[in-house]
Amino acid sequence: MTWETVIGLETHVELATRSKIFCPCTTQFGGQPNTHCCPVCAGLPGALPVLNEKVLEFAVKAGLALNCQIARYSAFDRKNYFYPDLPKAYQISQLYLPIARDGRVELHTSGGDSAVRIHEIHMEEDAGKLVHDPWIDQTRADYNRCGVPLIEIVTEPDFRTADQVIAYLEKLKETLQYLGVSDCKMQEGSLRCDVNLSVRPLGSDELGTRTEMKNLNSFKAIARAIAYEAGRQIRLLGAGGQVAQETRRWDEDREVTCPMRSKEEARDYRYFPEPDLPPVRLGEDYVAALRAARPELAAEKRARYQADYGLSPYDCRMITSDPALARLFEALVELGAPAKQGANWIMGEVLAALSARGMEPGDMKLPPAALTRIIALVEEGRINRNTGVQVFEAVFDGDGDVDAYVREHGLEQVGDTGLVAAAVERALAAHPRSVADFQAGREKALGFLVGQVMRELKGRADPKLVNDLLRRALGVPGAGKAVEKPPQL
Amino acid sequence: MEPINAWLVDELARLSRLSLPEEERRAMTAQLKRIVDYMDILGRLDTAGIEPLSHEAPVGNVLRPDVVEPSLDRGELLANAPAQDGEMFLTPRSVE
Repeated sequence: MTWETVIGLETHVELATRSKIFCPCTTQFGGQPNTHCCPVCAGLPGALPVLNEKVLEFAVKAGLALNCQIARYSAFDRKNYFYPDLPKAYQISQLYLPIARDGRVELHTSGGDSAVRIHEIHMEEDAGKLVHDPWIDQTRADYNRCGVPLIEIVTEPDFRTADQVIAYLEKLKETLQYLGVSDCKMQEGSLRCDVNLSVRPLGSDELGTRTEMKNLNSFKAIARAIAYEAGRQIRLLGAGGQVAQETRRWDEDREVTCPMRSKEEARDYRYFPEPDLPPVRLGEDYVAALRAARPELAAEKRARYQADYGLSPYDCRMITSDPALARLFEALVELGAPAKQGANWIMGEVLAALSARGMEPGDMKLPPAALTRIIALVEEGRINRNTGVQVFEAVFDGDGDVDAYVREHGLEQVGDTGLVAAAVERALAAHPRSVADFQAGREKALGFLVGQVMRELKGRADPKLVNDLLRRALGVPGAGKAVEKPPQL
Repeated sequence: MEPINAWLVDELARLSRLSLPEEERRAMTAQLKRIVDYMDILGRLDTAGIEPLSHEAPVGNVLRPDVVEPSLDRGELLANAPAQDGEMFLTPRSVE
C-alpha cells in the first residue's frame, strides 16, 4: 500500500517586546532566577493582568502578513492545569475568540508549489523553567519566563512532506523577523514547533490517528523526526497495529521519538473566559494602519535586488538571510557603494567577522559609512583589497575613522609605478635563486618574489601591478596580460 | 453536554486536586446538576441576532504601554513561598 503523510504544525513564537504580556517585568533572556517577577507573573492572589499594547500590535501584524482575518472582537481564556511551571495553575491563552483566523501561506519547494492554511493565531503567556533535582526529590522553579508574550500559530493539516514543513518554517521565520515581531532564534527557544503527524492510505479522505512531537530544536531535527515518525506509523499500521494518540518526544541523540504522556483531552483543561481581562475590540482604522505600515518583506527585497541591481538569486538570498544584513546592504547602496561590491563584502568579510566573534548580525556595530568608504578606497585603487580587509577589521567593532586609520598606518597604496619597479629590481637582485627557479619553470617562485616586493612596500602596492612588473622583468612574453602558465624554456 | 454523574464529579475533583468526602461529593453532584439544568433553561432562549458576551463589565481595550518597570526584590518574592532555597521556589518533584 502507498501511504500519505499528513502534517499540521503548532508554532510558538516569542514576541520581541521589552516587557511581559500582562505586567511590566522585563522579557530579557537570562538573569538570576526569579529576579524578573512581580505579583502578576508570579501569580500572587489579587494581582490583575493588563494587556501589553505591543503584544496586540505584533499579533495583528503577524496575522496580516500570514493573510489571516483579524478578529474585530477577541478575548482571553484560562487554560487550567496543575503543573508548577505556571504558579497560577492556569495559563492565560485564547481559545474561543483568537486574534486571527483563516490565513494562508504560499510555499515553493522542489516538489512544486503548494499552500498551507493557517487555522488561527492566538496570544498567550509563556511558562516558567523547572529544574528537577533528583537528589532532594524536589522541583526547583524559576518564573523569569512566566508571562513572556507568545503567539501560537496553528496550521491546518495541509503539509504532505518534510520539505513543505521546512519551507513553511523558513518563510514564517523570515516574515516575523522582517516584521520585527520576533527574533525567531530556535536555539534560544524563541521559535518552537510541535509537529502533529498521521499517515493514511494515499487517496483516503479520512485522517489517521495523529501523534504530536515535541523537543524539536532545529530544522534538521524536524526533518529527521518527520521521516522517523512517518516510518514508525506506517510499519505499525502495516503490521496490523494501531497508532496511539499521544505526545512523543524527539530524542536528538538516538534519532527516535518516544512517548511522553497520554495526550490530555482539550476539555481536561476546563477552559473558561478570563474574567480579569476585558475583551479587545479593534477598529477598522487600527487594522488598516498596521496593514499600511507593513515593511518590505524578504521575498520582495530579493526580487527588487535582482531587478534593480542585477544581483544573482544566490547573492540576494545571502544578503537577506537576516534583516540586519539587508539593512546594511541598503545603507551601503544608498551611500553610493556599487551594489555588487556591497553584496560581496557582506557575504565575505561581514559574515566572517560576525562568525569569528560569535555575533548575530543584529548586534553589529559597523557603521555603513565606514564600509562604504573602504569599498570606495579599494575601487579608486587608493588601497588594495587586502589592506581594505585590514582596515575593515579595525573599524568593524564600531569606532575608528577609515581615512584617519589609513593615513595613520600609512596604508595608502603606492601609486607610483617607478617606486614599485625599483622595489622589483631590488627583489630580483637579492634573490637570484628564486629567479633561476622561476626560469626553470617553478611558478611558485614568483609568489615568493611578489611577497618580497609587497613586504618592502609594506603591503601597500597593488599586487597585480607587482605581478605584472615582475613577469616583465623576468622576460615573460606578453606580461601585463594574464599569463596562465609558466614559460617553457 | 455530559450528564452530571458520580464519575464526572470525581473527574472534576481529580483535575482540581480536591478530595471530596462522600457526603460533599453527593451534595456537589446535586448542586452541579441544578446549575447545569439552569443553563439548559437559558439555552432555550432565542439568541439569534444577539452579540455574544465574553465579559460582564462594559469595558474593553484596557491596554498598557510596553514599558519595563522594576520587578520585585527576590527575597520579597520568595518570602511567602511554603518552600524555597533563596533562589528558586521548591515544589514536590513533578516529572512529565
